[in-house]
Amino acid sequence: MRIELTVNGERREADVWAGESLLYVLRERLGLPGSKNACEQGECGSCSVLLDGRLVCACLVLAAQADGHELVTVEGLGEDGGLHPVQEAFAETGAVQCGFCTPGFVVAAADLLARNPHPSEDQIREALSGNLCRCTGYAKIFDAVRLAAGS
Amino acid sequence: MTTTARRLELGRVGESVKRIDAIPKVTGEFAYSSDLFAAGMLWGHTLRSPHAHALIAEIDISEAVGMTGVHAVLTHADVPGAKTYGLEFPDQPVLAFDRARYFGEPVAIVAAEHPEQARRASEQIKVAYQPLEPVVEPEHATEREPIHEGRPTAGHGFRDDDRPNVVRTIVIRHGDPDAQAEVSVSGVYELGIQDQAFLGPESGLAIPDAEGGVDVYVATQWLHIDRDQVAPCLGLEPEQVRIHLAGVGGAFGGREDLSIQIHAAMLALHTDRPVKMVYNREESFVGHIHRHPAKIWMEHRANRDGKLVNVRAKILLDGGAYASSSAAVTANASAFACGPYAVENALVECTCVYTNNPPCGAMRGFGAVQSCFAHEAQMDKLASELGIDPVELRLRNALAPGDSLPTGQRITGSFPAAEVIRRAAALPVPEPEELPRDPLRLPGGSGNTTRGEGVKRGVGFAVGFKNVCYSEGFDDSTAARVRLTGSGDGLAAEVHCAAAEVGQGVVNVILQTARTELDLDDVVLGSATTSSVGSAGSASASRMTWMAAGAVQLAARAARDELARRGGRLGPGEEIEVERVYHHRPTTPLDPETGQVSGDGAHVAYICAAMRVVAEVDVELGLTRVVWIGTAQDVGKAVNPQAVYGQIEGGTAQGLGLALMEEIQTRDGLITNASFTDYLIPTTLDMPPVDAELVEEPEPDAPYGVKGVGEPPTVVSTAAVVSALRDATGRELTRVPVRPDEIVGLD
Ligand code: FES
Ligand code: FES
Repeated sequence: MRIELTVNGERREADVWAGESLLYVLRERLGLPGSKNACEQGECGSCSVLLDGRLVCACLVLAAQADGHELVTVEGLGEDGGLHPVQEAFAETGAVQCGFCTPGFVVAAADLLARNPHPSEDQIREALSGNLCRCTGYAKIFDAVRLAAGS
Repeated sequence: MTTTARRLELGRVGESVKRIDAIPKVTGEFAYSSDLFAAGMLWGHTLRSPHAHALIAEIDISEAVGMTGVHAVLTHADVPGAKTYGLEFPDQPVLAFDRARYFGEPVAIVAAEHPEQARRASEQIKVAYQPLEPVVEPEHATEREPIHEGRPTAGHGFRDDDRPNVVRTIVIRHGDPDAQAEVSVSGVYELGIQDQAFLGPESGLAIPDAEGGVDVYVATQWLHIDRDQVAPCLGLEPEQVRIHLAGVGGAFGGREDLSIQIHAAMLALHTDRPVKMVYNREESFVGHIHRHPAKIWMEHRANRDGKLVNVRAKILLDGGAYASSSAAVTANASAFACGPYAVENALVECTCVYTNNPPCGAMRGFGAVQSCFAHEAQMDKLASELGIDPVELRLRNALAPGDSLPTGQRITGSFPAAEVIRRAAALPVPEPEELPRDPLRLPGGSGNTTRGEGVKRGVGFAVGFKNVCYSEGFDDSTAARVRLTGSGDGLAAEVHCAAAEVGQGVVNVILQTARTELDLDDVVLGSATTSSVGSAGSASASRMTWMAAGAVQLAARAARDELARRGGRLGPGEEIEVERVYHHRPTTPLDPETGQVSGDGAHVAYICAAMRVVAEVDVELGLTRVVWIGTAQDVGKAVNPQAVYGQIEGGTAQGLGLALMEEIQTRDGLITNASFTDYLIPTTLDMPPVDAELVEEPEPDAPYGVKGVGEPPTVVSTAAVVSALRDATGRELTRVPVRPDEIVGLD
């Protein structure tokens, strides 16, 4: 089937199989591999995107469900081609090691700060508890969110 | 946004520098091995054994071959060259031929136009299995029929052990192994199977070169050893197989062994099309080796003043179906069994067996994690038996330079064990937090519906150590190539090194070293590939910083010398290019009979860490919360301090995971929890703040005095976390991960 959606401000179309996830279509059909696939079961948050402004796991959304909707992925997070403050902060604080979790974390953290510009420590932990990172132990990810919140 | 203090972009050795790959990683541009694409590309899929142990009578691919979109269905009969491979011993079939020895063993591979077509076609392959009774109890493995013919690991200078299914046995006899002392404590300790659980699944892309050779882009830890295993199985010369590092989504030892490399290359050569393979999470859990589960019996004999007199240890490791790096893990578990303590007498016996359980091999800490969990539990027990403060007991016995290990190896480099103990013990512990409080801050988090009535607090302590670099005579050298080019107003440099950037930050180590040595900002790093530079050895054993810095330093100095010979400048377009190979000091094997070192000694150098943990335990519900971790680590010299702290925090999290939640569960050899729903790793809600202190006592033999960083936090944190839980509960807690039943005493 054919779907039409707005991705990072651009109208896009794709021919998809009925069973394909939004994540698969982004990565394999629309040339946007920034969103990562680490579990395909909604457990790791690596595929986090904003669907009509709501944070979702793209692996749990069927591509067909995104037909006609608006999407922001990690590739479109910054404005005018620049970096989003959360992206800057992740790079700055050393919150990136292998970086496989990073796209999901920056989208989730940007979503948190859009809703709550000055989150408490516990609010940061809770908001990011759906995102797994195996490398950092999260300390520098918290530093990054605090830095971005202060900016 | 307001500007904040910027990390230097062009740092030298010793400066905190932003990773060179940080920006592409935060924007999503960085290409991981699962992101690759080539025109005309097919998707590969692996059919795996549903049995832990079965004979394979027949494989019928006729139906699968004809399915829509399918371009190839290959079995063992299609392996062009050697049918088996392996890191140390070639005991593992490329595709199972006469029997499958573990659950998930690859049996056939398919290439199709869509990954779903490939998956469906693989379901139509008919394999006639004759299931066999699996060998799943390591304690009885030596009484069962051998699961391999011909003892794949026999010889190699190992101790003779004729029992069936032995991978390796080591016996270390030191001093008088029967020596008696005033007190004795003993215990039996167990560790479950831990998984590396890197987030980026096994994946890669193989592209045929139209001349019979192949290029493989893959996430791995050691490009050249991949090539040396892949080429013989394809029946090709090493130069016809070029392995290129694709973006690696974490490794932790789990990418030392091959995964998709040979399979994708076979499919690509067979179809003459690029073939991409990506494991899903379930497949990743069965598609790589794990940390060895262990059972450890230990007795510590000491005098009333706390001085250790004799340590007796028996260690059983379950290696699973194939050898992988089990022989080296066995050596580490044995050599570090007594901990970083001076002890005059010891008897250590360690056996690793083959079973039909999931294969085990390298994981961060590599044998030392298992031993540390046991020896530190014993040190706590001994402290309590003697009425000596546990930190004081460790200080009284701490190994120091000039002392010898039970293998007889004398410590000749830096080894600040006493210093890391003192520094970790001096870190201020946070005040107990009041109750009632937000359930998020209770043991078990919001799942805890009490007001915290059953919460008890405990403080634990542990010390651990291991070696840096490969050991027992292995020359894991590293090559680097430096090219200087004259440019308009000076010089530019390009560095090539095949060191695998797996997330640890070795790319920065290479550049910071090159900039320091060349005193030049304009240095770029070429891509890591077998086609442009010699082997770098593995991104393992906490060795890559030391070895890469050593190689780049040598090459850069040679380039600089040549530059001086040419009068200190190069004209536009003029070049100097040098490649140099750095070797660490030689090592020699352990004596197979006595486990004692000969010649230069089995290890290159040692690294240690101490850790203090505060934990809260709900002793009624069996729930835990680690509140705070303080640690001091011996790092030699921090090349990029920001990255070093990151390694300590991340490594600590993995040890905490093993202590509290991580375990691959099996039933008759079948993995039953191959998902992130059922295999839990620490989340943002599980990790406490980690206060880390770096102890920088330079290693005399190493470039800038560096050592290694990655493993000590993982070695020590499992032991330290459980020490805190014991303090809170008063229970022995002899098995990790610790289960709620054990905390409440239901066992
Ligand atoms: S890939 Fe979507 S949550 Fe893990
Ligand atoms: S940086 Fe590797 S998973 Fe988070």
